[in-house]
Amino acid sequence: MTRLKFALGAAAALLLAGAAAGAEVKFAYVGEISGSLAVSGGNFRDGVILAVEEINAKGGILKQKIALTQYDTQTNPGVARAQMQKALDGEPYAVFGPIFSGNVKVTMQMMQQAEVPHFIGGEAAELVTLGDPYLFRTSFGQQIGMPKIANYIRDELKAKTLALIWVNNDFGKGGRDKLMKELAARNIKVVADVSTESGQVDFAADVVKLKAANADVVFVYSNEEECARIMREARKQGLKGPFVGDTTLLSQKTIELAGDAANGVQGHVGLSADAPIPAVADFKARFQKRFNYIPDHNGLKGYSGVYAVKYVTEKLGKFDRKALAKMMHGLTITPKEEPGILIETSWDNTGEIDRISFLAEVINGQQKITKTLPKLGK
Amino acid sequence: MLADILQLFVAGLATGAIYALVAIGFTLLWQTSQTINFAQGEFVMLPAFFVLIAMGFFKLPFWAAVLAGGAVSVLLLGYLFKKLMVDPMIRHGVLPLVIATIGLAILMKESVREFYGADAWPFPPLAAATNVTVFGVSFAVQSLVVLVISIAAVAALQLFLNGTRTGRCMQATAQNPTVARLLGIPVERMILYTFLINAALVVLASILITPIYLAKFTNGELLGLYAFIAAIIGGFNQIRGAIAGGLLLGVVDNFTAVYISSQYRMAVPLVFLIVIILFRPQGLLGRVEERTV
Repeated sequence: MTRLKFALGAAAALLLAGAAAGAEVKFAYVGEISGSLAVSGGNFRDGVILAVEEINAKGGILKQKIALTQYDTQTNPGVARAQMQKALDGEPYAVFGPIFSGNVKVTMQMMQQAEVPHFIGGEAAELVTLGDPYLFRTSFGQQIGMPKIANYIRDELKAKTLALIWVNNDFGKGGRDKLMKELAARNIKVVADVSTESGQVDFAADVVKLKAANADVVFVYSNEEECARIMREARKQGLKGPFVGDTTLLSQKTIELAGDAANGVQGHVGLSADAPIPAVADFKARFQKRFNYIPDHNGLKGYSGVYAVKYVTEKLGKFDRKALAKMMHGLTITPKEEPGILIETSWDNTGEIDRISFLAEVINGQQKITKTLPKLGK
Repeated sequence: MLADILQLFVAGLATGAIYALVAIGFTLLWQTSQTINFAQGEFVMLPAFFVLIAMGFFKLPFWAAVLAGGAVSVLLLGYLFKKLMVDPMIRHGVLPLVIATIGLAILMKESVREFYGADAWPFPPLAAATNVTVFGVSFAVQSLVVLVISIAAVAALQLFLNGTRTGRCMQATAQNPTVARLLGIPVERMILYTFLINAALVVLASILITPIYLAKFTNGELLGLYAFIAAIIGGFNQIRGAIAGGLLLGVVDNFTAVYISSQYRMAVPLVFLIVIILFRPQGLLGRVEERTV
């Protein structure tokens, strides 16, 4: 009798465990946890984790808890492909990342073939032009951000010449090409075009080149760590600026690494944890409490991406990857409909994103938003 | 144009001086104990994290943290490295030790990543980010400070090696340990001193380079490679060779980035290395070593 009771108990436990396992929906983070983009990838991943924990605490999506698995691309395209395959073998409902545009590029075909929606952090302009119906951005592509920056350089800074320093990877090259085009259209002459390497640590020679150009504006376009090193070297050598850049130059991590050297830097930010929006301020506080550091824009990207999936899935009333991707195209989510989205966000038919953006300046080690720019669609 | 060249030259000398400090360590260990330490780059990476730990966890002010981090580094990277890794391995030959140091480099790197994360961390500079103008050319004070401290350290080392009894005993040990032992020189102790000096040099290099590189677990990869190449270019068996190799590499690297191509700057030291190995294997200032079989 005791044996029978034990057997029945064990069988019940197994059934319960099976049911619990079945009540999970799989999400995967495939991104940069180590390597030269670990800072960006780490922020994005932690944003994803925070959103997943919050959603799970409230019962999950359609009563299913999210099981998040992490895969480290090591900021290496070869590793990224292997890790993405590993993630796909687990049949995730949605994938978040990579952040490094080069890694997005080498893995997007796999995602398309597997028909898994993926919410990327990559900002290279060409990513949404390659015809992947399962790809969705979590922040602006360069074709959205660069015209706004070029206008700012012409209208606010009244610059006629510009010295450009950029990182020679998919992100940097895409941004550089787009910026060059926008500057040419506004008759702003590029007097120095300095290419640097991802992960580069010594910028002494590059800053000498920038100094020699004696431009009205110095434009810094690189990843966070390199931006910080460039700014430190620029201040060390007495390069005056003004220094202008996009989101990475003004990100919290760049400011933290560059210290005083970041003061005075100005530019355009697509997303900012310092945005004058109460929901974003709340997010920043929750993130800081959970991870003990201040998030940058990548944290917001990962966080809002998860909530976009939640919103659409609940609208659909079922877990259907194809339907999710289809519904995302042409969709607008407002914070009223889904508070986790934080800022009203739209996706077009290519997966490109549109939302308000900001002009900002670093003052006393803090990013201060100086102006809010409207959505392009408005 | 001339101003640019001078600025590049000084900036290159400053970086090269740090390569030289690390390269001197390579030559010292090789001369006294036939040790090639492929974890030398990671030896430079680690002290900066000890300093950050002293500042962050123990709330020590910067200079106290440097002293504490330096002391821990000298103990760990000098004394314990010799006792726990070099002494047991060297009796099996140079190659097993080389492989062991490659393993040590991986262990150190991954340990830092595990404990401190993969992010870069800011590190306080030794001088403010200001400039001085000399004859119309402005130089970064931080570069000049790095240069002056490095030159002072090398000069002090040379003075110690040539002007003190212990230093001369160390040189005798490096030249011929058997004869040195016959002359009553405590060879084992002299070898230990070179490991401690190497540890002190990497601590200094770490304090000088980390404000530029930022503290990151991967910092040793490039530094170790550059210092190793510098030591070979200058002459692996001569301290002055390591100094010359380091300075040359720093200057050439800067000029390549500006006047040739920043994309190929990493290739130039390797080209240098190949040319030296082909045409002057003992290095620019090294001496030919002959061995009988």
